[in-house]
Formats: sequence, C-alpha cells, structure tokens
Amino acid sequence: MEIANLDLKIWRGDAKGGDLVSYRVPVREGMVVLDAVLWVQANMAPDLAVRWNCKAAKCGSCSAEIDGFPRLMCKTAVSEYPGQVTVRPMKAFPLVRDLVTDVSWNYEVNQQIPPFTPSDKDAASSEPWRMQQQDVERVMEFRKCIECFLCQDVCHVLREHSQTQFFGPRFMVRIAALEMHPKDVLDRRPLLKGKAGVGYCNVTKCCTEVCPEHIKITDNAIIPLKERMDDVYFDPVRSVVRLLGRRSRKPAAR
Amino acid sequence: MSAAPYETVETDVLVLGAGGAGLRGAIAAAEAGARVLVICKSLLGKAHTVMAEGGVAAAMHNVAYQDSWEVHFADTMKGGKLINDWRMAEIHARESPERVLELERWGAVFDRTWQGRIHQRPFGAHTYPRLAHIGDRTGLELIRTLQDRAVHTKGVDVHMEVTVFKLLKTEGRIAGVIAYRRADGSVILYRCGALVLASGGAGKMYRVTSNSWESTGDGTALAYDAGAQLRDMEMVQFHPTGMVWPAGVRGILVTEGVRGEGGVLRNKDGERFMERYDPDRMELSSRDVVARAINSEVLAGRGTPHAGAFLDITHKKPEYIKRKLPSMYEQFLKLAHVDITKQPMEVAPTIHYAMGGVRVEAETGASTVPGLFAAGEVASGLHGANRLGGNSLSDLLVFGKRAGEAAAAAAKADPAAITARLDVSEVDTAIADLVAPLDRAAGENPFRLQTEIQDVMSEHAPIVRDRAGLEAGLASILDLGARARRCGTGGSSTRAFNPGWHTAQDLHSMLVNAEALLRSALARQESRGAHARTDYPKTEESLASVNYVAEKTPDGMRVTAEERPAMPDYLAEALRHSYARYTPEATE
Repeated sequence: MEIANLDLKIWRGDAKGGDLVSYRVPVREGMVVLDAVLWVQANMAPDLAVRWNCKAAKCGSCSAEIDGFPRLMCKTAVSEYPGQVTVRPMKAFPLVRDLVTDVSWNYEVNQQIPPFTPSDKDAASSEPWRMQQQDVERVMEFRKCIECFLCQDVCHVLREHSQTQFFGPRFMVRIAALEMHPKDVLDRRPLLKGKAGVGYCNVTKCCTEVCPEHIKITDNAIIPLKERMDDVYFDPVRSVVRLLGRRSRKPAAR
Repeated sequence: MSAAPYETVETDVLVLGAGGAGLRGAIAAAEAGARVLVICKSLLGKAHTVMAEGGVAAAMHNVAYQDSWEVHFADTMKGGKLINDWRMAEIHARESPERVLELERWGAVFDRTWQGRIHQRPFGAHTYPRLAHIGDRTGLELIRTLQDRAVHTKGVDVHMEVTVFKLLKTEGRIAGVIAYRRADGSVILYRCGALVLASGGAGKMYRVTSNSWESTGDGTALAYDAGAQLRDMEMVQFHPTGMVWPAGVRGILVTEGVRGEGGVLRNKDGERFMERYDPDRMELSSRDVVARAINSEVLAGRGTPHAGAFLDITHKKPEYIKRKLPSMYEQFLKLAHVDITKQPMEVAPTIHYAMGGVRVEAETGASTVPGLFAAGEVASGLHGANRLGGNSLSDLLVFGKRAGEAAAAAAKADPAAITARLDVSEVDTAIADLVAPLDRAAGENPFRLQTEIQDVMSEHAPIVRDRAGLEAGLASILDLGARARRCGTGGSSTRAFNPGWHTAQDLHSMLVNAEALLRSALARQESRGAHARTDYPKTEESLASVNYVAEKTPDGMRVTAEERPAMPDYLAEALRHSYARYTPEATE
C-alpha cells in the first residue's frame, strides 16, 4: 500500500509567543488528528504539549482548533484533510504551552452554580424515588456533556466581551440540567439574570454547531432558560403585579 | 546536588486520583470532618471512570424481584473463580444498592422502568438483570454527579494536573507525598495524616488497551516502593470486545451492554461460536471465557479480516439501538464509518482492568502500611481472578466511601503525623531523580521505552501464557528497567508541560506493575479466570484458597503464596444455593 504523508502544522510556543511548525507524518488507515499529533510527540518532539485521555470522544480533553474549527482531535479523521492540516490551541483560554490551555476558569464558574437540591420531603423520604423515563430524558441530553469546552471556546460573548458577565454555553447546559431535573426545586432564575448573564447570548448557535455530543445547546437549553427568566422579570403583566404587590416569591439563589 | 525549592501543603486526608473511588472517598472523608485534598493527573472529570459504559451492578431487584445480595455475592465469587476476598465480596453485594440510590439523591439520572424505578439491564455472568445504567454512558453520569457533589462539599479541595512521584514515611507511617505540577514542573510537598490511593489501573503497559495514557499503575508502584504488599498481580482482564479496525482506534472499548442488549458474536463463517464454549450463557458468559473464545477462533483461522469476531446487533430496531447504545452508535459511525444498526461490528479482546493491586483490609481499605489506604481498581480482592462487568463502578462507590471514612479516622487518631519530621535528604534525592532526565540530552526516548514495555507485555504475557514466555518477558522487563533509569527527554529541558519528561516518570510505575504481573503469573501454576497457561491448563482445586502476594525486599521483588481463611457458613451456603455457574478452565 502506498504510504501517504500528512503535512501537519502544529502551533508551538507559550504565552510569550510562538509559531506554526510543520511535521511530516506517515498516514495510517483510519488515523485521527490526535494520532498524528501523538506520532509527532513520540517520534520527533517529545516535549510537544497536548492534553488527551480516553481517545474515544468520551472525556473531552483533546479540544483544539483544527483548520480554524473547534473540534476534538480524537474524533477528527485525518482523511478529512487530504495532504495538510493545521492544529492550534483553543483561543478563548490563556495558553500554557503548545496545544494546552488553562481552562481552570470553567471550574471556577461551575462552583458558583448551586448544586442539585431536592425538596425537603424528597430528601427526608427513605423510599427510592420514582421518576418517569420521559421526564428524565429531557435532562439526559444535557448530562451527555463531556466538558470539552469547545462551546466556550467558540462563544463570541466569551471571546469578545468578557468572562465576567456570561457563564458561557457549557454552564447554561449545566443550569438547564438542574432546572429541568424532575426532583430539583431550587430557583436559579435570579442567578441566570445576574451573574450567569443568560441575556448576553444572542442566539447565534455557534455552540450547538461545535458540540461533539450534538446537544442542542441554544434551542433546548439557552432559549428555555431565557424564557424562564423573562417570565419572571420581563413579563409586563407580572411587572405590574409586582409593582403593586411588592411581595413576590423570595428567590432562593442569587 | 542542591535542594530544589518546593512549597509545602498540609491536609488531613490526601486522595490520589479523582475517579469514582477518589471522589467518593473525598466526600466521605470530608463528611467525617477531615480537611481533604484530591490530587489528580488530569483535569477534574476526565478520569478513567468516564469510560465506563454498561452500568453499575447492585441487587436492587427492580427488574428481577428474585435478586438479592446473596445472589450478587455468589455471582461475584464464581466469576472471580473463588479467589476473591469473600468479605469484600459480601460487603460489596450488601452495600451497592444503597450507594446507587445515594447517587440518585445527589442528582444522578438513571434510565427508568415503566414503574419509574431505576432500570437494570442484564450483563455477563450476572444471574439477574442488575446493572443500573444511563444508556451507555453510566461512568460519565457517575463522575459528573460525584464531581459536583465533591466541589460543593465543605472541606474538599482539588489540585488538578499534579503527579505524585514518591510517598514519604516517618517511623513506618505515611506522612506525605512529593509531587510535581504538570503545567510548570514545580514541586510540591504534601503533608497528610492519611493517604487514599485511588489511582486506577495499569492497562497502559499493553499495546492494545481500552485504558488512557493515565493508567500507568502509579498507585500500585508507589505503594510497593513504600513497602505495601500487592496481591493477585497476575490477574489482568482482557475485555472481549474492543475495536480492532481502523488501526488508529484499536483497543477502544465496545461496551458489554451491546451483548446485554442482545448482541451476538459470530466468526467469519457466520457461526455463533459461543455455543461451543458456554452453551448456557452464550455471549453473556464471564469476560475471561468470551475473550479466550474469540482468541481461539482467531487462532483457528476463523477470525474476521482484521483478526477478531463479528458483534451483531442489527436484529434490533435502529431507534432502540440509538437510544440504548448512543455512544457506541456514534463511535463506530465516526471512527470506523460503520453503522451498527445496519452492519456488524468487528471486535477483539483488549486489556481493560487490573483485578490485582494493593492488598487491603476488607472493611477499611487499609493497606499493610499504616496511614495508607486504597480503593477502586488500584486495590485488590473483590474481583479475584476475573471481574464481572458492572462490579467496578459499584466497587468504587462502596469501597471509596469506606476508605475515605477510615482515612479520616486514621488522620484524626494520629494528628502528629502531619508535622512529624521528614528525612530531608530523602526528599532531595527524590527531586534530583525527578529532574535528572531533563539533563540527559543523549538519553533514550521515553516514548520508545514505553512502546518496548508494551511490546514485551503483549508478546510474553498475552491472553494465554506459558512459562518460557513469562520468563523471557521478565528478563526483558528487568533489562528495560536498567535502560529506563538512563532515559532522557530528547534534549528539551523545559519543565512546563513536557510530556516526554512526564512519560519518563511513568516508566518506573509501568515496570513495577509488569514485573509483579510476570513474577506472580510464573508463581501461579494453574489456569484460573484471567490467568490461563498452556503448560498448566487445569484449575487446581488446592489453589482456590491461595493468593500470590508481591513485596519489595532488599534483594528485589519477592512473590509468596498465601492461604486465605475459609469463609463463614452463611456465605458458603449462599454460594451453594446460587444458580450461577463456576467454570474451571479445563476439567479432565
């Protein structure tokens, strides 16, 4: 069999600067971009920094920008890019070295989301809970998230505005999973309006496009969350009622 | 040699590893009032537990009302070919339902029965449908639930991308560890009152494996170097169904859930060959039996084009397959361009799990070194000679919790351990060893050595072993040990996220695991479970009560046979009454 070669350009460098470096990689049948990168690491550049784990699109570690498009390297076949491909680190996060970025901001955001909270009655009950399949299926879509942070990387609100006003698509999915959980009773709408900043999303659906788990982030998570928030804060009739009453429900989470 | 600068961090309980066992242990220790620090080699939530697909085994009898802990216990013992620690198997079977229900109360969302209870699917060698699951991504659900619970539990802190390279003791007791940050190579000295190892397995010492780069057996090697005993190290599980094609994805797991949902195995002639190996249980036989069956078919020339077997689920409706096995559908479509609703999958055995590991006390997970605990894959005992599918996730939950609680108690009982004086020269020597490869520009490439270890193990300790092969393998591994001590990092001296340097550290762990496996496999002169030998094809009844224990001595590694006490009558009774089959390897 004829051995084809791939011209693999990898961005090498650190926060101080860097450039694309070209490597010639022999292509094997069924090779994915991560294989090619690891081949370079094993044979040409042992210090090539890259993050990866499962190599089966289950852990979400090997996120990168492949020919400019945010993707998982382990799930991207080399054959999609005959002859040449360029791999760069994710742009939305501070660079550590080569293809590795500092994604710790995401973990800080997650910590600010109040966790799953069942009702006192459910919590106190010693009986196993009953839930119907059709009720849990809705949140299962969100719980497929492998935290690859590609949606965070592509989100233009996070890229161009700031990471202080919007939690980003990943955490809209996280909040949606909690809010729509059949047994969760906490009201996270004040959080959505405030720190989580769901209003900043202007529904361009770039996050949905890059999600390797095919979660319909915008349609199924963000838009319903926007509606929930609007329902309390921007419904004209309710505003009037609130103005008159001044005794609306006390929000549980800020 | 100058003493390198390092920072010192103090905690009551230090947990090594952030998979299921580590996180469950951390939560338990914090709830017991300890300050807990979890350190992991990767990012939080990426541990190998996410790869678990099929489910978590627990006798909740939601689907089969006859199920009970006694039956689960008997299935586990018979699957493990009776060399399990029976007390661990009992605790596991009794406590796993509670641990699963607890997960649900922390927000996990399982598939449901029509009555709204947690659904349970059938799995290999489990008498009844017993695996609570979420499609085929149960591990992800488990880790995400524990991760969120842990970061919102007061007293738990996590240090990500930190690798431990030495355990420190004072007066025979664990007092801390030394580690480096992967991002910048800086060294940290962790002082702790107790240490929980939850670092997973060592699958990376084989070429074809379902394990990630992390599974280099660090925990077993660190414990061994600290003087702890290792047990059953010859027992490594080949999962029967890994992907074989294309070459790039070889070894990636195909969940046993495919067979649980009705998938059948055929050879190239279309024959459903399991009829010849285990006519009762067919595809749902235990993993050791199915793996060897596929291996035998391939050796007899009845393998598929890429030397495997066909796994076919196309008789089920496409919608059903996509709902029950979504990630398998996606995985084959993307990586192999195979639509599993229309075409069979090609599969072959892949290294998957280490049944052996650190020898622990059943109740507490305490190792033979004071202050050192272990839980999950790094520990040994529960699974014996062969692990049943689904018993690993329940293992993590049950024994993770127990080890965390015991570690918290140990730390509280001996608060002086955190401040006990350490041998400074020992710390300096360890750090000097750590950074040495960075200065050896001409040293051997660590990735190359890693590949050589994998080649040796794949060739000399395969699915079916013999004495000559094992001895040749041992000689090669000892030789590689000497070469690994002289390896370099290819001329790059950066300490910032340098994978060549990281791999140089991993080599030692892999070599300790490999040596223990080979020596224990030589010692066990019979075939039992995952350990099959052509020169001793029969299962020896006299060895059913024997475990092989590996230990560090001044003259190197020593493996000794140890008798296990007999189980109490009520457990023996449960075994006698079960329907599960016990299949000795060759009964002439």
